Amino acid sequence: MILLWYVLIPTVAAPLAWLAGRRSPAAARWVALAGTAAPLALVAAQWIAATDRLSAAFTAAGPGAAGLAAGSWVVDLRAPWIDSLGISFFVAADGLTLIMLLLTFGLGLLSVLCSWRGITTRVGAFHFMLLWTVAGLAGVFLALDLFLFYFFFEMMLIPMYFLIAVWGHERRVYSAVKFFIFTQVSGLLMLVAIVALVLIHGRATGVYTFDFTQLLGTPLPAGTAFVLMLGFFAAFAVKLPAWPLHTWLPDAHTDAPTAGSVLLAGVLIKIGAYGMLRFMAPLFPDAVAAFRTWALALGAIGIIYGAVLAYAQSDMKRLVAYTSVSHMGFVLIGVFAWNELALQGVVLQLVCHALSTGALFILVGGLQDRIHTRDMARMGGLWRVAPRMGGTAMFFAMAALGLPGLGNFVAEFLILVGVWQVSRWAAVLGAVGLVFATVYALWMMQRAFQGEETHRLSFPDLTRIEVGMFASMIVALVLLGFWPQPLIVTARQTVDGLQRMTAGTALVAPGADASTSTDGASGGPAVTDGAADTGSAPATGDGGAP
Amino acid sequence: MTAADLLTVSPLIALTLTAVVVMLAAAFRRSHALALRLTLGGLAATFGTLFVAASRDARAVTLLVSMDAYTLFFIGLLTATTALVAILSYQYLAQLPVQPEEYYVLLLTATLGGVTLVASTHFAAFFLGLEILSVSLYALIAYTARRAAAVEAAVKYLVLAGATSAFLIFGMALVYAETGTMTAAGMRDVVAGLHPGAVVTIIGLVMLLVGVGFKLALVPFHMWTPDVYEGAPAPVTTYVATVSKGAVFALLLRFLLPVSADQGSAVFLALAAVAAASMLAGNLLALRQDNVKRMLAYSSIAHLGYLVVAFLAAGERAGAAVAFYLVAYLTTTVTAFGVVTVLSTADRDADHLLDYRGLGARRPVTAAVFTVALLSLAGLPLTIGFIGKFLIVTAGSGAALWTLVVLLVVTSAVGLYYYTRVIVAMYVRAPEGAQAGRTAPGARAATGAPAVFTLVALTAFLLATGVYPQPLLRLAEHAVSVLPWP
Repeated sequence: MILLWYVLIPTVAAPLAWLAGRRSPAAARWVALAGTAAPLALVAAQWIAATDRLSAAFTAAGPGAAGLAAGSWVVDLRAPWIDSLGISFFVAADGLTLIMLLLTFGLGLLSVLCSWRGITTRVGAFHFMLLWTVAGLAGVFLALDLFLFYFFFEMMLIPMYFLIAVWGHERRVYSAVKFFIFTQVSGLLMLVAIVALVLIHGRATGVYTFDFTQLLGTPLPAGTAFVLMLGFFAAFAVKLPAWPLHTWLPDAHTDAPTAGSVLLAGVLIKIGAYGMLRFMAPLFPDAVAAFRTWALALGAIGIIYGAVLAYAQSDMKRLVAYTSVSHMGFVLIGVFAWNELALQGVVLQLVCHALSTGALFILVGGLQDRIHTRDMARMGGLWRVAPRMGGTAMFFAMAALGLPGLGNFVAEFLILVGVWQVSRWAAVLGAVGLVFATVYALWMMQRAFQGEETHRLSFPDLTRIEVGMFASMIVALVLLGFWPQPLIVTARQTVDGLQRMTAGTALVAPGADASTSTDGASGGPAVTDGAADTGSAPATGDGGAP
Repeated sequence: MTAADLLTVSPLIALTLTAVVVMLAAAFRRSHALALRLTLGGLAATFGTLFVAASRDARAVTLLVSMDAYTLFFIGLLTATTALVAILSYQYLAQLPVQPEEYYVLLLTATLGGVTLVASTHFAAFFLGLEILSVSLYALIAYTARRAAAVEAAVKYLVLAGATSAFLIFGMALVYAETGTMTAAGMRDVVAGLHPGAVVTIIGLVMLLVGVGFKLALVPFHMWTPDVYEGAPAPVTTYVATVSKGAVFALLLRFLLPVSADQGSAVFLALAAVAAASMLAGNLLALRQDNVKRMLAYSSIAHLGYLVVAFLAAGERAGAAVAFYLVAYLTTTVTAFGVVTVLSTADRDADHLLDYRGLGARRPVTAAVFTVALLSLAGLPLTIGFIGKFLIVTAGSGAALWTLVVLLVVTSAVGLYYYTRVIVAMYVRAPEGAQAGRTAPGARAATGAPAVFTLVALTAFLLATGVYPQPLLRLAEHAVSVLPWP
């Protein structure tokens, strides 16, 4: 039942916030705060309670359906929904889910806080949309029924669309519609792929079901699998976004209100990576392997392209948006490298990017509230006016460029090491991208906060709320930089499970398995107990420990 | 005809009696409220008799009509929709300089025609039903005869519908001349016996399809739609878009079901081309409309195209998809046009996009209702339209109609653009100057409390079914299970 609360609390809080907003804006803010803080506390509690389960060595004999990477599921809930189509309300949580939920509610909370001063019109409706988005996001990360997943996937578009179109900046309508249509088209392609998969599975077995665990291992001809995989890839690549499907992102991020940008960059685009990890690769491992070269190329281009374009921006918010394109390129090559190191790096990158980019968006938003521009040509020397803001910006710029000691460095390093074992040139290009990242991050600092104080601006420094928000994010990033172990442990069973589900396919090359031993923690038991899942698993693949 | 037969056809009788009673009542005492109450009472009674009929075994009453689960399902849908249209019409008619009582009589006779269509199993009943429906519609469209646009629309509809009837009856004659059958059951053999040499039968079938295609406003028989939708009074437009199309589509499924079985036949390919053209043209032409009624007209063309995709998918699952989607389309369209109706004034209908600017601030409830309706038309989650579209995609994929399914997906994404345009207009602050010189009808139109209440209830239905479609889906599956599936 606890899983249901994650969706229900924000869903119920949303209309309450709207109603409260009719009385007073402050009431709506407090309701929204409670509506995100309560599930955040719940997830944190569940995470702590599950520590033992999660850190235990992987056991295949755990509870759950045999088709799943059994044992890694902390809790699940299944209820009939649309029986006649084989659709059930099937939600479950494992380590990865808990991490994503922490991100969702954490950044949800931050976006409520960062709108405390900035949003003054239709406050009730704003928080309704915000909470509804959060509910949809939570649902996406919990769903294991593919229909339910798609349902939530599309559901949260509507409130996000309103957030951008109503409370956004200059070209808000254009950006909102572009975002909506991009996501919707690609989502529908995924829907067609889902339906086709279900039908193929149904014809083969006589069981028509959208249950992901049952659909795993559906035998597919290579050509069909590739087309279906492309359907999923289209949806997730738009979300991620991968070059060249990224063009909605700079517009949407730039024109969204701060809270919208934070949720977009922090959580929404992570669905792309999550979907690839959770659904696409396990369902179509061979097709993913066949697509690997292309995807690595797209990712590598995205890293460089995003970084170069970020450097070329004069709009500070747009600059931050393009850095997302670059960072998500790392995620893409990490996912397609598909070895334990890279996947752990991807999970870390999701968290660290959410924190660092979310913080940068809050910072730019705060700056815009104060000086009413995002144009860096009209800034300069701001450090002297607002030293606390400057210092904070410096910190998160360093995080974005991957300074050792911060979480982003660990994540990108793990990804690059993982990718190196699969494709040298992709890793090299990724590393080159890091150099570019240094350039744009420092250039941004230089233009906005250093240099001549040409415009004689004067504005108040960070407020107490802002200091609190940034401090929590700084602490988190430093912790992740020096001691990423809790996160790695939490995600380890998921990553192990993914490796096992795809063991024996072209995706997990025998040679690449060497990486598991360098990680040291979990390579051992992997050899024997892969039999629980797809059937072809125990034959090859896993025995690669040197 | 036995007493048992009479009980079985009691819905038809109840509806006919209602029309007569409303007419007589108007002759004795002119009262708008009375006419509405009698209409609603009669429709409720008709709905009630459905349960009587359902408790009896399905049976064919004479050769002409069959009262099976399929018929009852659609009679229920049509009477309920008519009742909604009647409620929404009240406020609209009250502010116009017309005598409103006969409007309800026409509404009831039109529905009688529609109900005859869904019950018909024979060309005779088919034609009879279609003519009753059409003739009532001519008068309904021209009901606000002082508006030139309404008269123009009615004449346009009259001429085209007359020509279509000629096509239809000629097609029936050709099919009968070649095959000697006029029943729905006989159509299976007709279609099965099709071979490239059977030119006359093919021409006959195609002529039938032209007739049906005109009523459904499928491309290339859609030319009348935008003009009639725009010219007709808003509640009548609602009716044309919903009851009239729903009835004809139900009939199409019953009569031409066997066509979908053979994916190689000429008739199948013709229908596939019609579906593709409807989806494309409907969605693309709607893009540039600033008139909300015209926009909804083009969007309805596209929606009928989606329905044809499900129709072509063949099989019980696809049939259930059609039935479900018809419910979704009818209820959603009533809601959307209901908003247009509620906002319309004595001077003119609220049909321009500018009329909706800032509606979210002026009338938040109405704006929210319209938003949900538009999202449902666009097929977004939490609404019934999403489930409907999902069912159609499932059905189409099941029959491997990949081209049509992908086209459906792509064109419905185009649809998002024009639906969101209206939503944006309602909620986004207007750029300076856009509002200049424009009256906002919604501000002046009297808020008909029953109409708004109906709209809110409908919205609740759209959302509830969107979240938990199981009961309605079961009902739809039960309804189509009586059709002779291959």
